Amino acid sequence: MKEPPKQGIDRRLIALAAIWAALLLAPAWMPLIGGYTALGTRVLVLGLAAMSLNFLLGFTGVLSFGHAAWFGLGAYGCGLILKYVALSTPLGVLAGTLLGGVMGGLLGALIVRRRGVYFAMVTIAFGQVFYYVAFQWSSLTGGDDGLRPFYRQPLHLGFANVDILNNATSFYYFVLFCFALAVAAMAFILRSPFGRTMVAIRENERRARFLGIPIEFHIWIAFTLSCFFVAYAGTLYALVNNFADPRGLHYSQSGDFVMMAVMGGMRSFWGPLLGAVVFVVLQDYVSSITINWQIYIGIMFVVVVLFFPRGILGAIRRRVAA
Amino acid sequence: MSLLQVKSVSKHFGSLVAVNNISMTVEPGELRAIIGPNGAGKTTFFNLITGFFRPTAGRILFEGQDVTDLLPARRVWRGIARTFQVTEVFPELTVRENLRIAVEAASGLRLRAWLSQSDDEKIRARVRELIDMGGLAAKADRQVGELSHGDQRASEIMMALALKPRLLLLDEPTAGMGDQETYEITQLIRRLHRDSKLTIVLIEHDMRVVFHLADRIMVLDQGKFLAEGTPAEIAANKAVQTAYLGQAA
Repeated sequence: MKEPPKQGIDRRLIALAAIWAALLLAPAWMPLIGGYTALGTRVLVLGLAAMSLNFLLGFTGVLSFGHAAWFGLGAYGCGLILKYVALSTPLGVLAGTLLGGVMGGLLGALIVRRRGVYFAMVTIAFGQVFYYVAFQWSSLTGGDDGLRPFYRQPLHLGFANVDILNNATSFYYFVLFCFALAVAAMAFILRSPFGRTMVAIRENERRARFLGIPIEFHIWIAFTLSCFFVAYAGTLYALVNNFADPRGLHYSQSGDFVMMAVMGGMRSFWGPLLGAVVFVVLQDYVSSITINWQIYIGIMFVVVVLFFPRGILGAIRRRVAA
Repeated sequence: MSLLQVKSVSKHFGSLVAVNNISMTVEPGELRAIIGPNGAGKTTFFNLITGFFRPTAGRILFEGQDVTDLLPARRVWRGIARTFQVTEVFPELTVRENLRIAVEAASGLRLRAWLSQSDDEKIRARVRELIDMGGLAAKADRQVGELSHGDQRASEIMMALALKPRLLLLDEPTAGMGDQETYEITQLIRRLHRDSKLTIVLIEHDMRVVFHLADRIMVLDQGKFLAEGTPAEIAANKAVQTAYLGQAA
């Protein structure tokens, strides 16, 4: 008899080490294959957003189609702080995360009884509400032109100042550090008793309910955590662009996150990051050739969904396991 | 004090009366079977006891307290656990993981983001205990969805037991099983009843199982109460023979 669990753990450790090595060394290897550091930064931020969505979608089995709302609120929260309140990057990140997370938690409480398509529809509606608020409230948000000007501020670490505005590499490492914090928090939660109840709800809601797990309450917590994570990603997005855009709140942005998660593989923790890599790189590369780049992403998405229903990472895993 | 008192419950679905004014009292340590032809309202009756549905009329008392308006999860906390007619497990998780979720839910740790070493050890030990009790040791690290019907059912029963219930409701525990599996599940239920002194109410179609296990039997027909008594009394009951046993023969 072979011993599958032990082998599985070894493989996972190797994969994990490979992922972190690739991320840590990205500024060194990316130029060699025609990339650039800022592209890596975008992948990290959008990948984190997709992983945050997948925290809910892949592990609790609840589809939100309005996560751009909390992502965008994070971006605006961060931008508003930097523009009007204080020239502090950490304060902007903190404020944006709180704004998106708290709003998500409050509105989430209203909808956790809805399921499936109904839940997704209501989340779209919430997202659109924030989109139109940002669009119309020009005096505060800059309306259609977006919120500007603001700039990410150097980090004062006490012993050193890190210029993340002009130095793309140090900004990449700043974002990677923020990414690592969030990803570690997600992984930690998923390995906890609470994380196991999330999976239980995904696997069989009825069984979970009759184990004495109050489903709605647990979904609400998972949803709220997911909102905090995606808002946090949103604040980083504002820092990437030095700009907050109402389109970051739009449901098409939510759709992009769902696409990244599904394309990469919903059932795997890292899948959405891979989805974000494919999405961002394709976008960057194809959009320099044709303005109709979305057609190609669409084709890619259809192909993945049809032939690799568990996403790219799911397919790779299956191949490795076989 | 009776463990469970169901007082004149009814459940209407529109114009359909699925359960019509049924009462039942279960004493601690009893093994009660509920039988009846298809559509007799047995599963609906279970669903009223566990809070899956709210009764249209009537009250349900558990350990003397009214639980009629409690949500399912709260009834589980009071000590009512159940299994389903179609096995409800977490198919893509292993037996061990399935049981672990149940044990953590039962020990009030479900909201915890971390566990102390000693809590973790206790949970693992309890999971092992349940795996052994259910005869699942050889399959503990396989996905439940891959197991045979009988093993899935055993896993489901052990999950319910992980909740340390005071009342266990089993909805057709041997449904769709072969002779060997039926025998094994029957032995498992008997052990739980005899050795652990667990109070059990079960719905069952297989008459051999019912007459083998039950202390008392309640018969339902078309949503209505038909008869109640010991297995011998039920076997001799004319009304039951016409409605149910006669039909099966």
